[in-house]
Amino acid sequence: MRWGEVLVKGLLALCALVSVATTLGIVVALLVPAVEFFQAVPIRDYLTGTEWAPLFEPAHFGVVPLVVGTLSVTLWACLVAMPFGLGAAIYLSEYARPRTRSVLKPSLEVLAGIPTVVFGYFALTWVTPFLRDIGLDAEIFNALSAGLVIGVMLIPTVASLSEDAMSAVPQALRDGAYGLGSNKLQVSLRVVVPAAVSGIIASFVLAISRAVGETMIVLLAAGQQPVIDWNPLHAVETMTAFIAATGQGDVPTGSIEYKTIFAVGLTLFVATFLMNIVSIRLVRRYREVYE
Amino acid sequence: MSVAPTIGRRSHGRVSQLLFKAFLLFSLLVGFVTLGVLLVDVLKDGLPALSWSLFTDPPSSDPEIAGARPAIIATILMMLLLIVMAIPVGVATALYLEEYANKERWYNRFLEVNIQNLAAVPSIVYGILGLAFLVRGLGLGRVLRAGAMSRTLLVLPTIIIASREAIRAVPSSIRDGGLALGATKWQVIWRQILPAAIPGIATGSILGVSRAIGETAPLLLIGAVTYISFDPTILGPFTALPIQIYQWVRLPQAEFRELAAAAIIVLLVLLLTLNAFAIWIRNRYQKRW
Repeated sequence: MRWGEVLVKGLLALCALVSVATTLGIVVALLVPAVEFFQAVPIRDYLTGTEWAPLFEPAHFGVVPLVVGTLSVTLWACLVAMPFGLGAAIYLSEYARPRTRSVLKPSLEVLAGIPTVVFGYFALTWVTPFLRDIGLDAEIFNALSAGLVIGVMLIPTVASLSEDAMSAVPQALRDGAYGLGSNKLQVSLRVVVPAAVSGIIASFVLAISRAVGETMIVLLAAGQQPVIDWNPLHAVETMTAFIAATGQGDVPTGSIEYKTIFAVGLTLFVATFLMNIVSIRLVRRYREVYE
Repeated sequence: MSVAPTIGRRSHGRVSQLLFKAFLLFSLLVGFVTLGVLLVDVLKDGLPALSWSLFTDPPSSDPEIAGARPAIIATILMMLLLIVMAIPVGVATALYLEEYANKERWYNRFLEVNIQNLAAVPSIVYGILGLAFLVRGLGLGRVLRAGAMSRTLLVLPTIIIASREAIRAVPSSIRDGGLALGATKWQVIWRQILPAAIPGIATGSILGVSRAIGETAPLLLIGAVTYISFDPTILGPFTALPIQIYQWVRLPQAEFRELAAAAIIVLLVLLLTLNAFAIWIRNRYQKRW
């Protein structure tokens, strides 16, 4: 083999290593300060504590309120993203003509290209007043409007991944069901959806992971109230909002407040990492079955 | 198949079919209607506040004379840095994975899963990475360069995935033809595969860059939330359009909300231009094999 060729391969591999270095960097960046944090705060107190007040005297470091806030927003996001994302996917894959699909799919993707800060503005200045107009007793910052907007934002994510999985279902399965006298509804719901179920679940898991990790919308619209409160009309604080709100100030490096950013960041990273891996596995499974 | 017996029994379904189709259409509409309402809301609030001073003046505590000039300049600088840093590394990684990597090896499979996972890591985590390593670890400080670097890492997975698809779409007959004529592997890649894949790579990269331009969360941690009245440089403190929007939205006065909406219009127009450019490249140059 020529020297130049070997050199090129080496250079390309080096570039590929950047992404490995990124992962490594994330893990180290989170782990080192987090370990120091857990030397000061027992990990048990952190995971089970129900009071979150890291900047007060006496400080409390129970992460449960942040987790509840995150889950509350995520729940509402999923209630929007999952049914409508799946509905859009079924329409695109089973009902739309190829021409219609080639217009609708990219148009739906426009939603995914809107910056999250714009969605945050929309949640705060339009959705929350709208909720009040229809008679809900919503606080200015509330989990519901943030959750609903995140849900709409995630519709293309769910739709696009689910549609990929449904398109991979062999036509023979559909033809077989039609041959037995089924109609389109039956073919969609009882043949295509079950056959594509691993891809659909993968899209759901990815949507949860995205909702958990979403920052700007919750920072602008859901508030900064670390309380255990499942009422969607009240303000909450999510893990991401805490990180963003604390990290933008000038917290002294090495202080316990500084380290909480990394402890919460590690919690967030581990949670989303596990979901991403599940999602990647599921996608690979349907690809192996049908492709 | 186990579903077969139930199929004949429920053939009444005209109404249920109709309802189902209505639900599916409604699902699509939810997205489009929201998009429409959002755009109308932004235009209604923002158009009156949209003026030249937004482009020529620095931010101010007086909404009458406040502009977003530093933020707009920083966003454009950031975009150039992103293109220079993210696209070469992303395309090189894609070339390695598609043309060189042996998929049987564990490290190449690891590389692939790693990139897929990075694509789904919350953007704020990239901010933490930037805060720990670039701003404080390397001591770059809260400067534009650090912001651009962490955004580069953020978009790399998107660019890699798009470039891989574009490279994969080049038929292997082109590869084999080149090799059969005695070209080396790199000559085939450089002269045949890359030129053929460039429309796809360009489209994917521009979409990735435009997403990064709108990404706010990592910049919050890297410290773009500062008051800047001068034109930013690569080595200096900076702000960015989405950050400027975030700061204005949070202020209580209605005038600042309107300024935020005006800045959103500027941001959306910028992103729309980038996206339209990407689609134009795709339609103009894409080949069907």
